[in-house]
Amino acid sequence: MSFIFNDENLLKIEALKKRYPSPKALCLPCLWMAQHQEGFISIDAIDVISEKIGIPPMEIYRVVTFYTMFHLEPQDKINVQVCKTLSCKLCGSDEILKHLEDKDVNIQHVECLGSCGTAPVMQIDDIYYEDLTPAKVDTILKELR
Amino acid sequence: MKTCKIVSRKFHLENSHTLEVAKVHGAYNTLEKMEVYSSLEIIEIIKESNLRGKGGGGSPAGDKWVLMPQNSDNPSFLVVNCDESEPGTFKDRQIISKDPHLLIEGILITCFAIKAKHAYIYIRGEYKQFQDILQSAIDEAYKDGLLDNCDITIHRGAGAYICGEKSALLESMEGKRGHPRLKPKQKEPEWFFDHPALVNNVETIASVPFIIQNGANAYKAFGTKQSPGTLLFAMSGHVNKPGVYEAEYGTPMMEYIEYFGGGIKNAKKLKAVIPGGASSAILTAEEASTVTLDYETMRSMGSSLGTGGMIVMDEDTCMVSALKNLLEFYHEESCGQCTPCREGTGWTDKLVGKIVNKEGTKEDIDKLLDIADTMNGKTICVFAPAVATVITSFLSKFRDEFEAAL
Repeated sequence: MSFIFNDENLLKIEALKKRYPSPKALCLPCLWMAQHQEGFISIDAIDVISEKIGIPPMEIYRVVTFYTMFHLEPQDKINVQVCKTLSCKLCGSDEILKHLEDKDVNIQHVECLGSCGTAPVMQIDDIYYEDLTPAKVDTILKELR
Repeated sequence: MKTCKIVSRKFHLENSHTLEVAKVHGAYNTLEKMEVYSSLEIIEIIKESNLRGKGGGGSPAGDKWVLMPQNSDNPSFLVVNCDESEPGTFKDRQIISKDPHLLIEGILITCFAIKAKHAYIYIRGEYKQFQDILQSAIDEAYKDGLLDNCDITIHRGAGAYICGEKSALLESMEGKRGHPRLKPKQKEPEWFFDHPALVNNVETIASVPFIIQNGANAYKAFGTKQSPGTLLFAMSGHVNKPGVYEAEYGTPMMEYIEYFGGGIKNAKKLKAVIPGGASSAILTAEEASTVTLDYETMRSMGSSLGTGGMIVMDEDTCMVSALKNLLEFYHEESCGQCTPCREGTGWTDKLVGKIVNKEGTKEDIDKLLDIADTMNGKTICVFAPAVATVITSFLSKFRDEFEAAL
C-alpha cells in the first residue's frame, strides 16, 4: 500500500479513538485526514482506514461516494463551489455561474451552503465568499492564483 | 416590536466568541444551578418551559429528555445537531461563530440533566470556518477547566442534507451512509452504537442556559401560549436587509419582514414567502399578510414554521423556475434509500424541467400531483412528504402560472 498517514494524523487518530465508543466512528474523521493529506481519497487510503477502524473497504467506499465533499480523483484546478439553491438564485447566482464559465477553474454547482442572507455565495476549499458580484469574483480568483 | 434577545444577546459584542468577553457578559453563570438543582429538576424546568425543538420539528424538547435513562451503567451521549442544511436557514452558524460559549454552557447543563459525560457536535462539512471558531472556544473551555467532567467533540460531516435528520446523523457518525432509520413503535431514546443518545438542535441547547437561569416563566413571558419563547428567525431572497434576527414566536410575519428586513427589495410587491426553510408549504402574499410566526398558526395554514428561515419572493419571481430549483435540490439530496423518494424526486424534477422549457402538457401537471401523492407518507423519513407538500402547495397556489407556461 502506497498510502500512509503522516505522524500528525496518526497521533490524531489515536487521540480520537479514546473519544468514541467504537473506532468505526472514525470513518469520516479519517477520510477528512486522508483527503487533506493527499488532496483526494485514494483506494489505498481507503484500505489503510479500513484496517484502522474495522469497516470493510467496500463499505468505506460507499460512504465516500455518498458525501459530496470527498474526491476520489486529484483536483488539478481550483474547485469553485457555487451555491445554486433558491435564495442564491433569487439573488443572482446564475450571473456568477455564467461569469465563471470562461475562467480556468473547476465549477461545481452545489446545493444550499447555509449562507442565504449573504447570497450569492461560493466556497473555495474551506472558505466562504459571500455577497458576490462578478467584479468581486475576479478579485478573489486573482488573489488565489 | 418587542426586542427579545435570549440567544443573540451577545452577538453584537466585539470578540463575543472568546471566553474572556463571554465571561464578562455572564457566560457560565448558570453552572452554579447544577449545585442547586438535581438532574430531574432541570428536566422538569425544561418541560415546564415548553421549550420547542428549534431544528424544524418543533416538538417539546423536554419530552425527549425524559426518555434518557437516569440510572444506567450504559453511558449516554448528547449529540448536538449543527448540520444546518435546510435552504433558507443560516441561524446555527451565528450561534457557533458569535457565541459558541453559550452553546457549550447549554451542553454542560443538558449533559448534567441527562447524565451524559460526552457530547458530540455534528457540524456540516461546509461550515469549516465556523467549526474552527467553535473548536477554539472548546479548547478555551478545556483550558479553563470547564470541561473537566464532560467532554465535547466536534464531528465533521461531509456534504449530505439528509444527515440533518437525527437518525441519519447518527448513522453518519457511526461511519455509515446517512440513511434515516425506521422509527421505533414506542417512545425511546435515539441510539449511538447501542448507547442512548439525545439529539437536539444547536439553538435548542443554546436556549437552555436562559431558562435554567431565569426560570420557565421568564421564558414563557415571550411568545404564545403553545409556542413560548423566541427563535432566531431568518430572512433571505428579495428583502432589503436579509439576515438572522431573534424574535418571539407569534410575531406577525409581515411585521417581521418590514421591521427587520426593511421590506421588499427595489420597492416591489411581495408575491410569496416560503416560511420555514424550503420544505414548508409556500404562502401567497395574501396568506403571508395574515400569519403569525408560530407553530400552530402555520399548521392551520397548511404549512409549517420549520426552521423559521423565510425565503421571500417578489412579484417578478417565476414560480415554475422556483419550483424547478427546489426540485433540483431534493433530487440531488434524496438519500436514495426509499423508492418513492429516490424515483419521485428525479421524475418530478424532470417534469417541471419540461414545463420550464415550454414543452409541458396538462397531463404533466396531473402527473406531478399523482407522483406527489405516491411520495407522501410511504417512506422511512419525512423528506419525501416534505417534497410532496412543496409540489402540491406550488401547484395549488400558482396553478395559473404553471398552466400559462405549457
